[in-house]
Amino acid sequence: MKPRTLFEKIWDEHVVHRTDDGTCVLYIDRHLVHEVTSPQAFEGLRMARRKVRRPEATLAVADHNVPTYDRSLPIKEEESRIQIETLSKNCAEFGITLFDMKDKRQGIVHIIGPEQGFTQPGMTIVCGDSHTSTHGAFGALAFGIGTSEVEHVLATQTLIQKPAKTMRITVDGKLSPGVTAKDMILAIIGKIGTAGGTGYVIEYAGEAVRNLSMAGRMTMCNMSIEGGARAGMIAPDETTFKYIKGRPMAPKNDNWDKAVAYWRSLKSDDGAKYDVEVNLKAEEIPPLVTWGTTPEDIVPITGSVPSPADFADPNKKKSVERMLEYMALTPGTKMQDIVIDKVFIGSCTNARIEDLREVAKIVEGKKVAGTVEAMIVPGSGLVKIQAEEEGLDKIFKESGFDWREPGCSMCLGMNSDQLKPGERCASTSNRNFEGRQGRGGRTHLMSPAMAAAAAIKGKLTDVREL
Amino acid sequence: MKPFRKLSAAAAPLPMINVDTDVIIPKQFLRTIKRSGLGKSAFFDIRYNEDGSEKPDFILNKPAYRNAEILITGANFGCGSSREHAPWALLDFGIRCVIAPSYSDIFYNNCFKNGILPVVLPQAQIDELTKEAEENPGAPIEVDLEKQVVTRGNKFSFPFEIDEFRKHCLMNGLDEIGLTLEKKTFIENFEKKQKEQKSWL
Repeated sequence: MKPRTLFEKIWDEHVVHRTDDGTCVLYIDRHLVHEVTSPQAFEGLRMARRKVRRPEATLAVADHNVPTYDRSLPIKEEESRIQIETLSKNCAEFGITLFDMKDKRQGIVHIIGPEQGFTQPGMTIVCGDSHTSTHGAFGALAFGIGTSEVEHVLATQTLIQKPAKTMRITVDGKLSPGVTAKDMILAIIGKIGTAGGTGYVIEYAGEAVRNLSMAGRMTMCNMSIEGGARAGMIAPDETTFKYIKGRPMAPKNDNWDKAVAYWRSLKSDDGAKYDVEVNLKAEEIPPLVTWGTTPEDIVPITGSVPSPADFADPNKKKSVERMLEYMALTPGTKMQDIVIDKVFIGSCTNARIEDLREVAKIVEGKKVAGTVEAMIVPGSGLVKIQAEEEGLDKIFKESGFDWREPGCSMCLGMNSDQLKPGERCASTSNRNFEGRQGRGGRTHLMSPAMAAAAAIKGKLTDVREL
Repeated sequence: MKPFRKLSAAAAPLPMINVDTDVIIPKQFLRTIKRSGLGKSAFFDIRYNEDGSEKPDFILNKPAYRNAEILITGANFGCGSSREHAPWALLDFGIRCVIAPSYSDIFYNNCFKNGILPVVLPQAQIDELTKEAEENPGAPIEVDLEKQVVTRGNKFSFPFEIDEFRKHCLMNGLDEIGLTLEKKTFIENFEKKQKEQKSWL
């Protein structure tokens, strides 16, 4: 048999039907649902008098729109309240398990899937959210879909798909102190560009990837979509199995042994061919920050704001001019001289317990700069409880951070957590698009450690010098 | 879904790269539980001033382009969020066809589910189309899905590629769920086999 990549193995295992032109009906093992991209899908089912084919393979949670203030208070925005109530009604009507706002397991959809053991190696996993690529960290094929496809999966437990091309990104060597998974993925996006992965599924490999915790692997796979790839994946190993074991929805007893035996086969065969290979050296990656309004616009924290003249492509040059104007930055300004107004630590990229521990290490005994408003939004209710058991919340509060309830929060600012026009934010989230965190808001993406350092200094800061 | 076969309509040039779905339809409009009514909010931040008045420079606010049904734009259009609200907003505004050198995968998929044709043409041809749309505002451009060609009178004729299955669904306005449910037996057999082989799932 021809050597196959991890992607090809999982794909082949899930083909329900294939037509001559290569179009496949692909089986979907797990479906995550949230309040923003599902109401129209459920409405579609109702109109066509269709049922949810496998409610038990579906898990729902409210995350995008939930307030991060006191949960005992009513939701101020009426539309948000209606959307969240609609999710509850739909889940009750169609028999889907829902973690509602009062549930301690509630949190960001891409944090709770892995946390519950719902996410497992070898699965096909979808969600009406582009950051579904996160779950690929477990060696699953996981990708974001639109609402019409959400409806398709609810009704049929399948999707109509054609296989993607494959790209392997190998990061050899060891990361330097102060450099994290976030820097690695930012470096990758900087190298391949925001559309470099379009049409591909990326497999991350190499020593630096292998050495990451599951949290780090999730951070990397999460941002695959920012490089244009719908899915990113990492072959499962002992780190993966150890993480999953004992989680509420993980396989138990005999099934655990059977599952692990299968999971061990989930790695690319020697000699498997990828359409594209990309290589990076971990030692060459410094702490990175973004300066523009796409995630490919990265620069080392020790660097300066670039000039349109640095770019050859006329379209990019024009876009750089626009970005500098939007970001109110002048070419040549040292990144470390850029003063910030807000710090956001959270999102499906970086709101896990490991991220919060990183932040606590840096801010313990220090104060958030007087000019900065800084907030920490844990990724789930369980992350919040864990952090409080470890006393991290005390460290944060004593430093001057606002410690919030879980949700997507200021990553996309659908609730009231937003930047005001002109405000500049050091953010651990995944997108620095114009207006993403609030109309006129200016976002610099970075790792939790770097965002913590920025909070203390009041400007973009090299965490290695703090 | 409304079938897409042939379109002859005004084209609006939006020569920007990386137009993300946050730009196409900002977050505050995602709180809706309906598909309709998003057209007035399409491109909100670059289309309206803070006070709600229109930005006169924005292409779709200019009289000749207000009724455009074709959008000519830059690479990686629709990148970012998977929100289908983006094609819903374009469609509700009146856009039936987007022409760009490349798209994000999810946005590209979402277009087909809503009767919007996303045409891929090389940058050089996009540049010609953009110039044409700027120099002759409102002049119709023809997009023929069956023949897979974009034409402007006898000025130019640009052929484009498209997946056969997607073309078939778009031309006939087919409901994909209905098509898949015709393969119900295959799904049932798959599930039976999977249950035997992977009891933990």
